[in-house]
Amino acid sequence: MTDVFFYIFSTAVLAAGIGVVLSRNTVNGAMFLIGTFLSMAAMFVLLEAYFLAVIQVLVYAGAVMVLFLFIIMLLDVRESAAKKTSVYTWVASFIGLAILIVATVSVVSAESIKTKAAALPEPSGASLKPFGYELFTTYLLPMQVTGFLLLIAMIGVIALSKKLDTDGTAK
Amino acid sequence: MIGLEHYIIVSSLLFSIGFFGVLLRKNTLVIYMCLELMLNAANLALVAFSRYHGGMGGNVFVFFIITVAAAEVAVGLAIIVALFRKRQTVEVEELNTLKN
Repeated sequence: MTDVFFYIFSTAVLAAGIGVVLSRNTVNGAMFLIGTFLSMAAMFVLLEAYFLAVIQVLVYAGAVMVLFLFIIMLLDVRESAAKKTSVYTWVASFIGLAILIVATVSVVSAESIKTKAAALPEPSGASLKPFGYELFTTYLLPMQVTGFLLLIAMIGVIALSKKLDTDGTAK
Repeated sequence: MIGLEHYIIVSSLLFSIGFFGVLLRKNTLVIYMCLELMLNAANLALVAFSRYHGGMGGNVFVFFIITVAAAEVAVGLAIIVALFRKRQTVEVEELNTLKN
């Protein structure tokens, strides 16, 4: 049963991802992106990371996408004529893709990655208690740094959205 | 049975979709959304590794990535709005003042 769900949701993730890249209308792209995030949350549930699934829906599909849609509608950009992509970009993208394929194949074909059904460990991210414990013991410093980062981001956004005069001073 | 390798393949496929989006699209907002796609692909790989190896590290890492991505989106969109105010465009081809 889980296998069927895996195939359903992975197809949904990939299809919505292709939709984000291909859609001409930015609002449609954002809607596809919400679809990707929601199916990704479903994949997290399949991996028994329930807390992360909730966070994914709340933060990504909720807050981040609202911000995105707000900005898209605020700017209201007109669709411009598609310009030619340069040859260098195509070459670079295919080299990048080739590297990614080689890396994925080598990771997937490694013997240590093959899981035996009996050897599957207990889900560690299933409950909130070990999560909070880890955050405030092993990962206390990253936790503090992240808090600081959020503060810096807030100050940065306020500074960026201030209207500036030509000499750079705030009005 | 679905194993770790299945999740990694899905993750790398999603990453390449986002990668091509970043390289081939010209709209800054779409490029930004494709960046989020790539971040999510990395998240999926981390959670899958964490699940199949029984550690907590991957999960906590994804938690931090989501936090940083939220901050990054706020700052990035503020930059895009500031650029739009100054230049009246969000197309990368037209935002080439630093070139040459």
